[in-house]
Amino acid sequence: MAVESLGSAPRRTRVAPWNDPVIRGWVFQIVVVSLVGLLAWYLVSNTMENLARQKIASGFHYLEREAGFEIGDTMIEYSPASTYARAIWVGILNTLRVAVLGIILATVLGTVIGVGRLSPNWLLSRICEWYVEAFRNVPLLLWLFLFYKLISEAFPGPRQAISMLWNSVFLSNRGVYFPVPMADPIHQWMGLAFLVGIAAAFFINRWAKQRQATTGQPFPIMSTALGVIIGLPFMVWLLGGAPSHMSWPELKGFNFVGGTVIQPEFTALLVGLVLYTSAFVAEIVRSGILALHKGQSEAAAALGLSRGQSMRLVLLPQALRVIVPPMTSQYLNITKNSSLAIAIGYPDLVASVNVTINQTGQAIENILIIMAAYLSVSLSISAFMNWYNKRIALRER
Amino acid sequence: MQARLIAAAVGLAAVVLGATGPAQAGKDLDAVKARGMVNCGVGTGTAGYMIADSQGKWRGLSVDVCRAVSAAIFGDSEKVRYIPLTSQQRFTALQSGEVDMTMGNATYTLTRDTALGFDFTGVYYYDGQGFLVPKKLGVKSAKELNGATICVAPGTTTELNLADYFRTNKMTFKPVVIEKVDEIRAAFFSGRCDVYTTDASSLAATRAANVPPPQTIDDYMILPEIISKEPLGPVVRHGDNQFADIVRWALYAMIEAEEYGITSKNVDEMLKSENPSIKRILGVTPGMGKALGVDEKWVYNIVKQVGNYGESFDRNVGMGSPLKIARGQNALWTQGGLQYAPPIR
Repeated sequence: MAVESLGSAPRRTRVAPWNDPVIRGWVFQIVVVSLVGLLAWYLVSNTMENLARQKIASGFHYLEREAGFEIGDTMIEYSPASTYARAIWVGILNTLRVAVLGIILATVLGTVIGVGRLSPNWLLSRICEWYVEAFRNVPLLLWLFLFYKLISEAFPGPRQAISMLWNSVFLSNRGVYFPVPMADPIHQWMGLAFLVGIAAAFFINRWAKQRQATTGQPFPIMSTALGVIIGLPFMVWLLGGAPSHMSWPELKGFNFVGGTVIQPEFTALLVGLVLYTSAFVAEIVRSGILALHKGQSEAAAALGLSRGQSMRLVLLPQALRVIVPPMTSQYLNITKNSSLAIAIGYPDLVASVNVTINQTGQAIENILIIMAAYLSVSLSISAFMNWYNKRIALRER
Repeated sequence: MQARLIAAAVGLAAVVLGATGPAQAGKDLDAVKARGMVNCGVGTGTAGYMIADSQGKWRGLSVDVCRAVSAAIFGDSEKVRYIPLTSQQRFTALQSGEVDMTMGNATYTLTRDTALGFDFTGVYYYDGQGFLVPKKLGVKSAKELNGATICVAPGTTTELNLADYFRTNKMTFKPVVIEKVDEIRAAFFSGRCDVYTTDASSLAATRAANVPPPQTIDDYMILPEIISKEPLGPVVRHGDNQFADIVRWALYAMIEAEEYGITSKNVDEMLKSENPSIKRILGVTPGMGKALGVDEKWVYNIVKQVGNYGESFDRNVGMGSPLKIARGQNALWTQGGLQYAPPIR
């Protein structure tokens, strides 16, 4: 009996189709999907109809047309004769530049402040606390205005620029001008050497960890890695004949010519984003460390590790598991908050697209472009952080 | 971004969701009448053209055109809700129906008249783009501006003309582009830019009203070059021709009244005039109001409450104002200017 019933499939009791949970599940899903589809179709067709009736142009053909406007701060070649597509690309790169730098700097600064708040030194921990409270309790927009006003009002004009370091660096309300090496083919090879250096440092790190695990001998990883990463490009530069032609900034007419410049709009935006976000990062780091059991730091102390070592080797790696998920939100916030650039005139993605909307009148297409751009950047950050989170997750054996 | 994209987002929502588009014939006028108010988009503040005074009342030459439209439709020039819009918000706000018309110093161009889905109904101010510089810069001509840093508003014809002018003259410049006009002026007066460029009328207004002390109006000068044509016109959406007609003829009525010497002071006596043109204009001989779909006394109401074009010009930007702008191209055609209204008959 028992053997027989094991072999046969479980009997289904016969029910009416509208009471069958499988069929009902399918029906509901089909209904929901078709409702969503219908809504989407309605929105799209209605929009197209309204646009056509108002004789507003539609489609993405305008991207190929000449933009006609100038952009003040570009990372790639751009002129008013370039296309709208390129103008938008310039904006995307500018957004990425401020977002990437902002994420790196806010992480470093925030970690320092967060650890500082836990310091037994009364003064240091109080200063860090004030910092956090000051920056996170005032809207970012006001900080941006403040920093922008500080730069444009407090610094002199270009003709009275403050010169530093033997007339090579100039500070004015037009930004910081400093000399850069003239373009040279060797730079590409140096870049390659830099990447090789990073890869080498990675492998050295792995080898050193393994050696320490087997023999117990520590290895000066930090200095070796730095040496490799900086040393390799330097050697390439020496081998290439050490070309040292520099482009020096000099006052010509209204402005400095030559060298390169960090513009006030960029500086104000970056400083504002970093200081504001680092306050949140600091709290996340602090909460991550406080989430650890007190026994962890006591055990580290019992092993004879210094405070710095126990922080670096014992506490922070464990705290990371608590820190990383909320940190992802902060990184996304930096990226999205960078669109406040519009208030102080930094030419980011939103600025480029807004001008394009105004010249072409095609708001829907352009806003789709903005949304697609932010979405892909944000999803990339999320994907990376999720991957990292999985990597550092506690592996239970 | 949040605040400034809201206008665009609301606008988009209206275009995307609106079951009946706002573009059927008569729709805009019906909506205005049902609301009892004209929603008029204006700039965020240019002395003499559109600026809220200390009591919060909007005044200026551009504002007077909104008032004339209101007077024509309602017989009362104060039935206007003013909606301040930046140069970037104004067109989306109009496309989406957030405002019925804009008087935001928009230049009449082919693209705007066609691909953006708008109609310009006339020219209330013939303007041109100029350059404002501090005198201590020592520049006498726009041709000397090679390498300058220039403050400019985004999404304007100004921004495009600027790029064109420098390309034509093989010069380079660095733009500083800020949306809010107050912020641009602040950046210019703090020395962030060497030059501020926009329409010469606005430059005159900025120079007269916005120089921060201890600097004075004499520390700044407008360069002689005018690098573009900037005919500024009232803008309405495509689709409601009757509303467009009213906006068009409200402005023409102000110009026509000046030509026939009808002013806010003498309009009551003019009602007794024997001149058949004046009788037609003021509705003593009926017909014009009916043709336009408004009250027969529409011109009377406009002139009585707002004044004719010349009165409005003098009061707001001309010799009766701090700006002291000469009539120049904006004089009537009979006096060597360009202001010319088709006959009201």
